[in-house]
Amino acid sequence: MEIVLIGLNHRTATVELRERVAFSVEQACEAADQLRSRGILDETLVLSTCNRSELYGVPRELATDSAGAVELFLASFHQLAPADLNGSLYRHRDRSAVDHLFRVAAGLDSMLLGEAEILGQVREAYRIALDHGATGPVLNRMFQGALEVGKRVRNETEIGTRPVSVAFAGVKLAERIFGKLNNHRALIIGAGATSEQVVRHLCDRGVKQLRVLNRTEEHAVDLAARFGGEVIPWGNLASALEWPDLIVTSVSGAEPILTRAAIERAMGRRGNRALLMIDLGVPRNVAAGVGDLYNTYLYNIDDLTEIIEQNKKAREAEIPRAEAIIEEQIEKFMHWQAGVAASAVLGDLRTKLAAERESFLRERLSSMSNLSERDRAQVAALLEEFTDRVVLHPAERLRGIPELRRKLQNLEALRDLFHLDREKP
Amino acid sequence: MTSPYVLATLLFYSVSLALYIWNLREPSRMAGIGATVCLIGALGLHYLALLERSRLIHAVPYDDLFGSLSLFAWLLAATYLVLEAIHRRQAVGPFVLPIVLVVFLLAHASEARPIKAPPAQGPLFAFHVTLNILAYSAFAISFVLSVIFLLQNRRLRDHKLGMVGWRFPALDVLERMTRSSVLIGCGSLAAGMTAGFIWAHRLQGVYWDGDPKVIVTILILAAYIGYTFLAQTAAWRGARASVLCILNFMFVIFSYSIVNRYLSHFHRYF
Repeated sequence: MEIVLIGLNHRTATVELRERVAFSVEQACEAADQLRSRGILDETLVLSTCNRSELYGVPRELATDSAGAVELFLASFHQLAPADLNGSLYRHRDRSAVDHLFRVAAGLDSMLLGEAEILGQVREAYRIALDHGATGPVLNRMFQGALEVGKRVRNETEIGTRPVSVAFAGVKLAERIFGKLNNHRALIIGAGATSEQVVRHLCDRGVKQLRVLNRTEEHAVDLAARFGGEVIPWGNLASALEWPDLIVTSVSGAEPILTRAAIERAMGRRGNRALLMIDLGVPRNVAAGVGDLYNTYLYNIDDLTEIIEQNKKAREAEIPRAEAIIEEQIEKFMHWQAGVAASAVLGDLRTKLAAERESFLRERLSSMSNLSERDRAQVAALLEEFTDRVVLHPAERLRGIPELRRKLQNLEALRDLFHLDREKP
Repeated sequence: MTSPYVLATLLFYSVSLALYIWNLREPSRMAGIGATVCLIGALGLHYLALLERSRLIHAVPYDDLFGSLSLFAWLLAATYLVLEAIHRRQAVGPFVLPIVLVVFLLAHASEARPIKAPPAQGPLFAFHVTLNILAYSAFAISFVLSVIFLLQNRRLRDHKLGMVGWRFPALDVLERMTRSSVLIGCGSLAAGMTAGFIWAHRLQGVYWDGDPKVIVTILILAAYIGYTFLAQTAAWRGARASVLCILNFMFVIFSYSIVNRYLSHFHRYF
């Protein structure tokens, strides 16, 4: 039960190549069907995201170069010459393949260390393959293990907790001040791409009361419509400051649009309720002295960048803890796989011994004409009992002693010794 | 200090504190659960230690300074546990548990000796004292929360959240926790004082004989009620309310120490 993995990702391939090797859901199912129908793989799973395309499989024949066959298939499936993939593909087998998948699920192999989206993508890829009937016991167990790894790493380490994007950092800061954001109000000044990212995160975190101001009102209308917000005319900026708990500004202009005097007046009108201002504009949109006002919190782009840098380091510091979890889960998987492999070898051995026994009996009993049918049956029964004992006793030991299963991880020698693969269908 | 209950309590509080600190530094579900479980265990053992002390001095555990301190520590830990259960936040534990540990150690540093003066007795009196000490414990928690609020507020304003800053409860949550504990304290203090007035009336025929401790306690109650109102007003909400809460607790310490020791006629250690 070998496992192979062939793939490419953001580290090994350009975005152009990644785009060409990407699989849609339909293509993933089609590829799985073809790989199985051509006899290359018994079990298949395609994991395709914007940053990676990976083919996981359990080859049908151990003797063939399954990884090479999968590579050729990958190239031909996407109408590429094999040479186009040279230097971009990585290949992993068995433990190394499991290790790779578990690292992917944990977010250690992501472009943004510890990002959470990949776990959902692994889950979805597994669900599609499972529904399509492309997986079997090995990949099922492996991907269930990967999902467990992803969950544990995110629960037991802080690899994904601290924000590492400007927009998300702003939203997380708001949560440090206001707690849950669902009952809080946000005013977005500026309707550009950066503002949109912040709005998306705010909506994800439950903000329902949203107002948008922009010099070009159509852009504000568009942004507000997409996220269920309300548009405020640019001229009402001063009065709009009374309403929100969080202000995000991202407009261009040489002078700050929010002066200390304007915020001071607004704070008075709003009863000094805490106000967080996230200034993403360059040059700054909020005058520097605003942050000194009572109960105001002001972060500009440099402050957020500094926080992000600190958080990136903090995430990197969590890698050893994540790796320890991965190692533990790999051991668990390898242990299970060794048990399954050992059982399969013993099963094959039993079948082989039964065939040998029958042949042996036929050969030897033919020359013993003095034996009655009853005696022959008795001899056959005795031999059957003996061969069963020979196999059953170690099988029971294998089931009962985990350490023994671990030691027997490489069973190929045993297969070769008894010629167990020669008679496989 | 040789009582097995005292030693076991000390051990459980210490392990709980270590796990709370661990959980704050490197969040882990097991450490969090372990910290709370150890705290519950410590509370159980601490109760047995209080019971043992009561039997040794032939009086309720608050009839001497050390017993009173021990009861204070027990109620402090219990109040914290209630707040933790309500707000589902463990980041405050590393700041409350050291106070519990220090007070507990102080309380049990001395040998329990039988009290010569006849102790005040009766369930109403017990109710009075226990509720008042519970109020002080709740105020102590609000003090710790206010300190954390100010530290966290400073971090947020200075853009220096650091490792721990991301793990503390939000400022809003800290404010709500502080108000919850002040409300518990005010309720307990009002009920405890009422019980005290009734008990004094039964004993002496008057509700109040002008004892300075009573005056100071009424002022403390007024100060905390003032806090609950001011904390929601425009001028005071946020850091100013936290400073006020800290100052109020200084008043509690004054009442617990100077007033008890030098000014009160018959209030001793509560």
